[in-house]
Amino acid sequence: MVEPIKSKIINDFCITFSTINGSGSATANTTLMRALFRMGIPVSGKNIFPSNIQGLPTWFTLRVSKDGYLARVQKDDIVVAMNPMTIDREIEFINPGGVILIPDDFRLPEARKDIHIYQMPVKKLVKDSDTAPALRDYIANMVYVGVLSQLLNIDIDLIYKALDFHFKGKQKAIDSNFNVVKSAFNWAKENLAKTDSYYAEQMNSTDGYIMTDGNTAAALGAIYGGVQFVAWYPITPATSLAESLNEYLPLLRKDAKTGRENFAVVQSEDELAAIGMVIGAGWGGLRAMTSTSGPGLSLMTEYVGLAYYAEVPVVIWDVQRVGPSTGMPTRTAQGDLTMVNFMSHGDTQMVILIPGSINECFEFGWKAFDIAERLQTPVVILSDLDFGMNPWITPKFQYPDTGIDRGKVLWEEDLQKFIEQKGRWGRYEDVDGDGIPYRTVPGNLHPMSGHFTRGTSHTEDTGYSEDPVVWERIFERIKKKIEVGKKYLPNAIEDNDQEASIGIIASGSAHFAVDEARDLLRKNGIKTNYLRVRSIPMGDEVGRFIEKNKLNFVVELNRDGQLHQLLKIDYPQFSSKLVQTAHMDGLPLTAQWVHDQIAFHLGGRK
Amino acid sequence: MTLANTSVNQQNVNKAGLSKADYRGAPSTLCQGCGHNGVAAQIVAACYEMNLVPEKVVKFSGIGCSSKSPTYFLGRSFAFNGLHGRMPSLALGAMFADKTLKGIGVSGDGDSASIGLGQFKHLVRRNLPLVYIVENNGVYGLTKGQFSATAEKGLELKKQGTNPYLPVDIAMEALVSNATFVARSFAGDPKQLKELLKVAIAHKGIAVLDIISPCVTFHNHENSLHSYSFGKTNEEPLHEISFVPAREEITVEDFEEGTSREVTLHDGSTVILKKLEADYDPLDKVAAFKMLAEAQQKNELVTGLIYINPNMANMFDLYNLPDEPLNRLTSDQLRPSKESIDVVNNLMF
Repeated sequence: MVEPIKSKIINDFCITFSTINGSGSATANTTLMRALFRMGIPVSGKNIFPSNIQGLPTWFTLRVSKDGYLARVQKDDIVVAMNPMTIDREIEFINPGGVILIPDDFRLPEARKDIHIYQMPVKKLVKDSDTAPALRDYIANMVYVGVLSQLLNIDIDLIYKALDFHFKGKQKAIDSNFNVVKSAFNWAKENLAKTDSYYAEQMNSTDGYIMTDGNTAAALGAIYGGVQFVAWYPITPATSLAESLNEYLPLLRKDAKTGRENFAVVQSEDELAAIGMVIGAGWGGLRAMTSTSGPGLSLMTEYVGLAYYAEVPVVIWDVQRVGPSTGMPTRTAQGDLTMVNFMSHGDTQMVILIPGSINECFEFGWKAFDIAERLQTPVVILSDLDFGMNPWITPKFQYPDTGIDRGKVLWEEDLQKFIEQKGRWGRYEDVDGDGIPYRTVPGNLHPMSGHFTRGTSHTEDTGYSEDPVVWERIFERIKKKIEVGKKYLPNAIEDNDQEASIGIIASGSAHFAVDEARDLLRKNGIKTNYLRVRSIPMGDEVGRFIEKNKLNFVVELNRDGQLHQLLKIDYPQFSSKLVQTAHMDGLPLTAQWVHDQIAFHLGGRK
Repeated sequence: MTLANTSVNQQNVNKAGLSKADYRGAPSTLCQGCGHNGVAAQIVAACYEMNLVPEKVVKFSGIGCSSKSPTYFLGRSFAFNGLHGRMPSLALGAMFADKTLKGIGVSGDGDSASIGLGQFKHLVRRNLPLVYIVENNGVYGLTKGQFSATAEKGLELKKQGTNPYLPVDIAMEALVSNATFVARSFAGDPKQLKELLKVAIAHKGIAVLDIISPCVTFHNHENSLHSYSFGKTNEEPLHEISFVPAREEITVEDFEEGTSREVTLHDGSTVILKKLEADYDPLDKVAAFKMLAEAQQKNELVTGLIYINPNMANMFDLYNLPDEPLNRLTSDQLRPSKESIDVVNNLMF
C-alpha cells in the first residue's frame, strides 16, 4: 500500500522524463526546468540520450535541490513515462512513495504497490487542442508539462515565459504549446486527486544566476579571449561548441564602424585538417582554436606533437565522451586525461586546463589563449559531455579580470630594438632564462624576422640539425619552459575542514558528486579535505595537500584512475596515500557512489 | 630603419631594390641533378622578376624530398615545414593571418597523391590563394625508391618489381576539384616553368602546378614518364607561354594577331599563349578534361596552362575580413567591450 502523506517534500526531488528520441521532449523538459529555475530553486538537468536521431529511448533527469546540489542522483522520485517500451525499467528506479505519470492508453505497471500512479489523457487533450496532425507527437509532451505544473504547484505564467524564451517570441509556436499546457493543467486540477508529497515552492537561491551549458560558455569565453581563427569538424559532444561560436561571433566581434568581422571559422574536411589549420593560424600570430572529442583528438595527435616541439600556440577543446574507439558517443567520461597528458610520440608534456564549473568553461575559454601564447605551446582544455551538452544553472559570466597577454611576439620595431640591445635574435633562444623564446610571425617585414619552422630537429636559429647536443639542448629547454610555465596556470582549489585527515582529490565535472558526498560523509562522521585540480602540470600545492592527509581518495569518471596515475608519477613518495576511486559507465558520478566508496574503504581499514 | 632594401648593388637589382641573391636559399642537400633543384632555381627567378619582397612570401611544405626544397629558395621568407600530406591545412590557417602575403606550397607526389589527397582536393575546392607546386617524380626518394601513387602501371623499379596499379593524375584531380588554375610543366623546361610560375603567382586563387621533376637516383629510366630523357624527347607543350605584368606594354613580339591567345588576370597582368600545332583554350574546362584524358591514354607528357578561371572568388572573398591583416589587430579590437557582458548574460535564460 502507498504510505499516507506524512509531510510535504518541498524542492528536494528528482524527476525523470522517459521519452522517445526525436519526439521533441527537450522543449518540454527544458521548459519545466526553466520555470523551476525562475521560482528561485536550484535545478540541474541531465540528458541521457542515444546516438540516434529518432526512435530510441531517451531520458532527461531534472533534479530539484533546495540545498543546491547539482550532481546526478541514482533514483527517481517522479517518472514521466512517455515511452511504453521502457516502463518496466522506469518502475524499478522509483523511490518508495514516488510517482509515475503515464498516458492513459498505456498498460498500467503492476510491479509496484508503493508508488503513486497518475494517468494522463494525452491523446484526448492533444486531439482537442486543434494541433495539426504532423505536430501532435511533438506537442503531446506539453501535456505532462501542464499536469506536472498542477501537481507540483508550478506557476503556469513561468511556463509561458520559458516557452516565450525557447521560441524566441514566435507567437504561433508559443500559443500552440501553451494552450496544451493550460488545458492539461486545468484537466489535472479538476480530475486528479493529489496523493503524493512532492511540491515546488518559491525560493530565492538563483538570484544572479543564468542557465546555459558548457559548450556555450566555452565559446563565449573564447570570444572574450579574442579568438580569431577556428577550424572544426562535427563530432558529438563538441559540435555545439563550434556552432555557438558561429552564433555569437558575428554578434560580438563585428566592427561597428566598418561592418567587418575580425575572425574566421572554417568547417574543415576532418580533424587532421582542423588541427593543421589552427596550427598554421597560431603560427601566423592568430588566436586559434579547435573543438573536438576523443576520436577527433586521436586524429590530431601527430600535429599536436609538432606544435609542442615547434612551439606553436593553439587551443584545443576536448569535450570528452566514452572511449576508446567510437565507444559511447552520447555519454560522458573523464577518460582522455592520460592520453592528452602524453599526447604524441616522443616525450611531451601538454598543458591541460580542467574546468570544474560552467563559469570556469567561460574563464578558461579566454585564459587558454593567454597561456598558449605566453608559453608558445598547445593548451588542451578537458571538458566533457556532462558540462558541454547539459543545461546548468551558473552565476552570470564575469568579464575577464586581466588584459589579453600576447606573450613574447616581436614586430618590426620590437625586433630592431631587440637586435640593437642583444646583438642578435634567434627564434628558439632562451634569452630571459625562463625557457620561453621570442617569436616573430609572418607579415613582419623586418629582413631578419623570417625563419623556418619545422618539426624536424633544429637549432636556435631554426636550421636543420642532427647534432645530439643541439637536440638535447632545445628539448630540455622546452621541458623547462613548461615547468616554469606552471605559474601561469590556474592553481588547484582547496576546501579544507580543520579536523579532517582524509582528503578527496577530483577534477572537472566530478566536482558535483564530491561536493555533495562530503556532506553525506560528514553526516556519517567522516570529515574531509578537498582539492580540485584545475590544471596540469600540477602545482606544488597538490603535493602539499596529499602529504598532509592520511589518505587521499582520487575520484574520477574513468576505468583506470587516470588522475590517480598522474599523481603517482608526480608524487611517487606518496603512492600509499593515494586511493584510486574511479568508475565509468557513461553516466555522471553520484554522491552516493562516492560516499559509499570512501565509507566502505575507511570501514574496511578499521 | 630600412626594411627589405638590403641590397646596395644598383646594377643588378629589381624594382623591389633586391638582387637575385636576396631570393636564394641555403645550398641544396638533394641529389645532384635532382629535378627539384631546377624548380627551386625557377622559383627564385620568377620571384626576382616579379619584384616580390621575400618577407611578403610564406613557404609551406609537407614531408619528403620535395618538401625539403623550400629551404633552397627565398631564405629570408617565413616558412613552415609541416606533416606528411598535411601542408594544405597548415597553409590555409597561416594565410588567414595576413591575406596580403603570397603563399608558395611545395609538395610531392608522395605527399599530395596519397595521405595528402584529401587535404589537397579540399584546399583546391576552397580556392585559397596559394601557389601549390607538386614536384612529381613517381617515386619515394627519401625512403629509397618505392612506387608512389603517380607511378604509371607497369613501371619497373629495382627493389619493388612491377607497379600493378593505375596512377593518380594530379592535374586531373585538381580539375575535378574545381581548381581555378591547373598547369603541368617539366623541370627540364625551365623557360616554360618560370613563365607558368609567374602566372601562378599572379593568379588570385589556388594555382596547382604539376611539375614532372625527375628523381635521378631512384627513377630516371629512359622509357618512364617521370624521367629527363622521356621529357626531353616527348614533352608536348600546349602553347608557348609568356607572362606580361600589369602596366607593361605588350609588344608585337609577344602577340601576333591570329596566332596567339591572351588571358587577362584580375590584377591586369596578361598571359600570352602562342599557338603551336593545335589551338588550345585554357578557359574551356571541358576541353581541359578531354585533353588530360587523351594524354593519359596515349601516355603523353602534355605541358602548359591546362585551365584557368581568373575571376573566381577566392577563399578570403567569402569572409568579411578587415583590410588590415588579422594578425596586426590589437587586443582592444579582439576583446568585446565590458558592457557587452551584460548583453551576453541577458541572452542566456
